[in-house]
Formats: sequence, structure tokens, C-alpha cells
Amino acid sequence: MRFDIVLRVATKFMLAPLLLFALYVQLHGDYGPGGGFQAGVIAAAAIILYGLMVGLGPVQKIVPSALLEVLIPGGVLIYAGVGVVGMLQGGNFLDYNRLAQDAVHGQEWGVFLVEIGVFMTVSSTMIAIFYAFAGRRRS
Amino acid sequence: MIAHFSQIATIFLMVAGLYVVMARGNMVKKLIGLSLFQSSVYLLYLLPGKVIGGTAPIIGAGFTVYANPLPHVLILTAIVVGIATLALGLTLVVRIKEAYGTIEEDEIIAKETPKTRNGPGRGGDAA
Amino acid sequence: MIETTITIALLLMLAAVTVGIVRVRGLFAAVVLLGVYSLLMATLFIVLDAVDVAMTEAAVGAGVSTVFFLGALYLTDTVEAPSSRGRFLPLLLALVTAGALVWGLSDLPEFGSPEQPIHKQGADYLARSIPETGIPNVVTSVLASYRSFDTLGETTVVFTAGIGILALLRRRRGEGRN
Repeated sequence: MRFDIVLRVATKFMLAPLLLFALYVQLHGDYGPGGGFQAGVIAAAAIILYGLMVGLGPVQKIVPSALLEVLIPGGVLIYAGVGVVGMLQGGNFLDYNRLAQDAVHGQEWGVFLVEIGVFMTVSSTMIAIFYAFAGRRRS
Repeated sequence: MIAHFSQIATIFLMVAGLYVVMARGNMVKKLIGLSLFQSSVYLLYLLPGKVIGGTAPIIGAGFTVYANPLPHVLILTAIVVGIATLALGLTLVVRIKEAYGTIEEDEIIAKETPKTRNGPGRGGDAA
Repeated sequence: MIETTITIALLLMLAAVTVGIVRVRGLFAAVVLLGVYSLLMATLFIVLDAVDVAMTEAAVGAGVSTVFFLGALYLTDTVEAPSSRGRFLPLLLALVTAGALVWGLSDLPEFGSPEQPIHKQGADYLARSIPETGIPNVVTSVLASYRSFDTLGETTVVFTAGIGILALLRRRRGEGRN
């Protein structure tokens, strides 16, 4: 498969729009369909597609396993951290109302940060699972 | 009958998944059956949220009838948890294949039954 | 009317694919059929106005989960051994379950009617979302704000599953040389 020219060229053309689409789905999730989960899976699918085309070595140069091991717990920590910040401001855990000058702005900030946390955990978990399967030798 | 057609079809999909889980001994096939079962549950949750003539729950000018957003939220998270647990199940299948040399349930039970001596593949991955 | 017709047509196609998945012996074919099933399911979700769910199902079910299944098939077997166990008992149990569920259907309200209890009771997120959070997509505001505890737990589940898979499957240094 590594030398199939059609697949390689098609993948190269699709990769950048896929990542851009993931970004759009992530940031436009408040106004259209989308959010952290969908964007995370789409971004992971782009990386997995690249990994299927070029093999495990080159794709791990772009997204190394060490980075994934930071991102997987990092997303959960961002999510929980937003909750703790809400508590420090005097509200309940995961209460976004006090994150900014008024409640609506606070909600928008809270949702934005929480979705980023979800994106990080979901996408890096999916890529890490793919690496684990691809790096295993046949028994 | 036609009023409940969608629910009846959902039940068919669910029972098909249940049958695959019970009747097949191959573990990957069992996981496929579980996926069928799971998808039918997604459908069962989303069906009552729909209103005929309504639109997706994104507030916009000119629309008054929306589908109920709550089942969407529940199922959205369920899908992502579903893929994570499915991958965990596939991982266990791969490890079982490495330890026993097979993923057929009957063959694994046959290898496990004589308890006095260790099966050929047991503990092989610890080395 | 047209929505009901499309729903029924998609459900019939889903049922046909399901019969194929149950009957086929090759696991490779079953996995590809499962991808078709997920794509049909995503189309059905769009008809049911669940666009966020449809996007997730298309990306997860038809995309990533197929890749995971194929990876697992590569590491195990692609052909199912003929089963020695009887088919009668599972079929009977499945039919009894189906009968019980169909019996319970008679009380349910009609598909798509606004009279269903789900639209009459519970928190009215559709009215509350814009004044309280300023987010037009109600699914996002419920997911990330009103039910954020839920989503935190769910993210933790994904994190835990990822840790479990890495612990089970990753090759450590020195392992796999034999």
C-alpha cells in the first residue's frame, strides 16, 4: 500500500482540509453542529489516515507518543481545572457564571475551555489506541 | 402497527445483536454483536426526541418547533464512551489471542478444562 | 409524512444489513458491513434531527471503529470457526426478549407526535439556553454547561479506557523479542 500513488496523492490532498474541518467543528460548535467530541474524533481520523498511508514511524515524528501521554490526562485536568476555578471564584464546582464579568460571558468561556479539554482527551486517546494496535506485532 | 414501526425495527436490530452475542463463539463477532445492540439503544433514545415537522435543536429565527436536545446529549457521550470501551474489548481479544492462540470461546474452554497441567499458552506473555 | 417514509426506508435498509452481519462467516465482511450499518444509522439520525449525534456516529462508527476492528483482525483471525454449539436456545431467548419488548410497545405514544411525555416534562433547555448561556446550539450548551458533570465523568471514562489499552497493549522495552 505504501507505494500506491493514487492513495498517497489523495491522502495528501485530504489531510489539510480534514484538520481544518476539525478546527471548524471545534470552534463553531456553539453555533452549528459540532463540539469537542466530534472535532476530536475527526482530527484523530486525519492523523490515523496519515499513519495508515506512511506507516507508524513517520507519523510518530509528527505526533509523538510522549505528546499523547501529556494530552490524554491534560484534557481531563483542564476540564476539572475549569471546575476548580469556578469554585475558587465562589461558585459551585463546574459553575461557569463567575468566570467573566457577567454570567453569559462566563458561560461562553467555560464552555469554550471545557470543549478544548474534551478535544484533547478524545483525539489523543484515539490516536494512542491506533498506535497501540499498529505497533503490536502479529503473534 | 405503522405507528410503532420504528420502535419494532429498533427491537429487531437489538435482538439481532443479542442473538449474535449469545450464539457465536468468536470474540470479535461477539463485539460486533455488542456494537449492533449498542447502536439500537442509541436509536431507541433518539426516536422519541423527534417531532414531525421540527428541526435540529439549534435556535434560529423562523423556527419554532425543535427536536428535544436532551437525548442527543446523552447519546453523544454514549457513542464516544462506546468506542473507547469497544477498543478496550478489542485489546483484550488481542491479548487472549496471544495467550491462547485462538479467539474462539469453545477452544479456550477446551484448553482451560484440564486444570492439573498448564495449558500450552498459559502465562506465555509474562516472559 | 415524508419524514416517516424516509425513516421507514432507512430502517428497512438497516434491517437488511443487520441480517447480513448476523449470517456472514468472514469477520472482514462483517466489519465492513458494520461500517455500512453505522453510515446508514448516521443518515437516520439526520432525519431524526440529531445532527450532532449523526456527525459523531459517522466519524466514530464508520471511521475510527472500523480502523480499530481491522487492526484487531490483523492481530487475530479473519475467519470465524464453525460453531459447535446449538442455535436453538439463543434464538428462543432472543425471540422471547423481542416478544416482551414488542408487548411493551403498545403504551408508547406515536412516533414524532408532539404529545410525547419527553416534550412536556423536564427542564426546558430550548427556552433557557439563549438567555442563560448565549449559545444557540442547545446540544452544546446542555452538554458542556447544564450537564457538565456528566461530560466530566464521560471524559474520565475515555481517559481510563485509554490508560487501560496502553497498559495492556503497548510493547515495553525488551518485550516481544522472543
